[in-house]
Amino acid sequence: YTAGGSSGAAKVVAAGLLTVGGGVGGTILYAKWDHKFRAAVENNVPYSDWLLGLALGPAYQGDIMKQVRMDSQHVWVIIADSVVAPHTELPLRERPVEEVAARLAQQDQKEQDTLSSVSASLEECLASSAKATLQAIGAQEAAVQAITQHIHKLKEAMEAEVPPPEKSSQWKDLEAALADRTSAVNDAETALLKAKEALDSLKSEIDKSKGLKVSAVRPLVLAAEENLHNMVVDLDRVVTKLQSAESESKIVSQYSDLVNEAKLQFQREVSSLTPEIQANWKGLTGKLSADDLNALIAHAHRRIDQLNRELAEQRVREQIHIDASLEQQKLEDQKALEKAVLTAVQHIKEDTRLEQERKLSELREVMEAEMRTQLRRQAAAHTDHVQDVLKVQEQELRADAEQVLGSKLLEQETSYRQLSQEQLDNFTLDMNTAYARLKGMEEAIDSHVVAEEEARKAHQLWLSVEALNYSLKMADADSPTMPLESAAQAVRDSCHDNDFALALATALPEESLQRGVYSEASLRARFNALRALVRRVALVDETHNSLYQYFLSYLQAALLFEAKQEAPPGQLCSEDLDPFRLLSYASFCLEHGDLELAAKLVNQLRGEARRVVEDWLTEARLTLETRQVVSLLSAYANAVGLGTTQAP
Amino acid sequence: MSEKELGKKWDRCLADGAIKFGTGLGLGIVFSVLFFKRHTWPISLCSGAGLGMAFSNCQNDLRSSYLLHRSQKVGLCNKTHSN
Repeated sequence: YTAGGSSGAAKVVAAGLLTVGGGVGGTILYAKWDHKFRAAVENNVPYSDWLLGLALGPAYQGDIMKQVRMDSQHVWVIIADSVVAPHTELPLRERPVEEVAARLAQQDQKEQDTLSSVSASLEECLASSAKATLQAIGAQEAAVQAITQHIHKLKEAMEAEVPPPEKSSQWKDLEAALADRTSAVNDAETALLKAKEALDSLKSEIDKSKGLKVSAVRPLVLAAEENLHNMVVDLDRVVTKLQSAESESKIVSQYSDLVNEAKLQFQREVSSLTPEIQANWKGLTGKLSADDLNALIAHAHRRIDQLNRELAEQRVREQIHIDASLEQQKLEDQKALEKAVLTAVQHIKEDTRLEQERKLSELREVMEAEMRTQLRRQAAAHTDHVQDVLKVQEQELRADAEQVLGSKLLEQETSYRQLSQEQLDNFTLDMNTAYARLKGMEEAIDSHVVAEEEARKAHQLWLSVEALNYSLKMADADSPTMPLESAAQAVRDSCHDNDFALALATALPEESLQRGVYSEASLRARFNALRALVRRVALVDETHNSLYQYFLSYLQAALLFEAKQEAPPGQLCSEDLDPFRLLSYASFCLEHGDLELAAKLVNQLRGEARRVVEDWLTEARLTLETRQVVSLLSAYANAVGLGTTQAP
Repeated sequence: MSEKELGKKWDRCLADGAIKFGTGLGLGIVFSVLFFKRHTWPISLCSGAGLGMAFSNCQNDLRSSYLLHRSQKVGLCNKTHSN
């Protein structure tokens, strides 16, 4: 490799390593900082958890959770801070219904109390103010009335040309009227003051109650305000009336004053002229003399001249005066207008305000009603929703509970069933075992009994077979045994359920049963006797049976000698079939107790020898049969007995 | 007892022989006396006849067991179709 190539490869390798190392390091660092990232990496990249654990230590299991909890706590704290102070101990804890209700009740109660108090106070104030106002109005009216009366009277008094006594009475009336008026005005003033006071107090009360910010009070307040306004309006009206009346009266009074002044002047003049005359119109009429009258007239003339001059002057200054008075009047009018305008504006403002307030209150009521309906609707909707949710929840919970209940019940039932089944099984098992044992015991007993029975039967059989055997053996030399019938019957009786033995027992030959069998010894003896005879008729058979043959066979028998006994060979050949041979074999066998072989051998005889031996053979066969059967029976009995005998 | 039969037969034979011989003799004597002028030949004849008869009887008696009687004769037939 070239150096450049190797350095190039090294460069590539180094760059790759750097990249990988940088990536891993960056991942680790970032994982150290951001736990969620770490968790994500650990989840997605295999073996990263090992690596990160190696690098940073085990990840906080609760870290993320803690963060989240901390965040939420911060949020809660923030919310808690923003909430009113009493709620800081547990943020956003839903106040229990009772507390809320209590609070609401308390609030309601308070409202009611304030309402009642406010209404009471308002009513009181209203009442008092109304009274005062009415009083004031009445007083004002009275004052107005008095004023008008006074003015009227004054006018009357001034203009009416009535006789002096009446004039004095008129003047008296006037004075009375004036006094009335003054008193009335004073009364009116005081009443007005009182009314104003009352109204002020009412206003303050209204303001106070307005300041309470209780909504229920508002209509009352509004009504009170309206009343106040009305009263104020009335009062003002009356006051304006009074004022107008007063102004009118002022004019009139001014006029009357002027007149009075003039009169006084005149009087003074007159009195100056005539000092003894009282300045009393009424008294004047009867007491004046002619001089006085002339003086008076002269005075009057002078006065008239003066007055004319004044009038002319006045006429000259009329315009100016009029202008000035007009100005004054304008000013006053302006003032009055302003005042009236002000009051009217105030009234209108008040009116509008009241109207506004009324409208507002109406609107508020309407709004309240609407809001109430909306709230009611919302409440209804909420209740509906809550009902629905509750229903659903109820269903869910019911389903859950039912499920749980069902599963629990099922569990319980299955466990109970299991238990009961177990119990039953155990019981059954016990019962079965007990029963089995009982059955076993019964069977054992039965088998014992059966075995005993069997043993007994076997014993009996054996005994009977032994008896049979014995009776077989107990045979005399020449006579047959007793008939085996009884013994056989006994055997048959003792084995009537055993087929084998029964078969065997029935297999006994009839002859043996009826007549008995010959013993071996007798047979032997008989054979010995027979032997001679058989020897003598050895040559006689079917074909050779003349007397000559007889003679020859007799001759043979006399001349032939054979061995007395000869052991028979295993197999007979044709030479052994010679009767003499056979006889010797048979004799041998008989001597050795082998009746069977002897019978077999004897069976080989033919011809006359055979005929002679026939009976013996039959007897031998019988005996052999019986003996065989008996031996079988005894063997069987022995076997059975052995089988049933219990080894100690 | 089959062995006694022979004896019985011999007894009968002898008895019969004796009787026949005696009867023959007697008859012979009678005949010879009566009809044949006391020759001895009727006596020997009759006695001989008697003896002969007795012999024959004896032989027959002794054979009798081997004789097949008609009732005893059994025909043999081959069964051609048998199952």
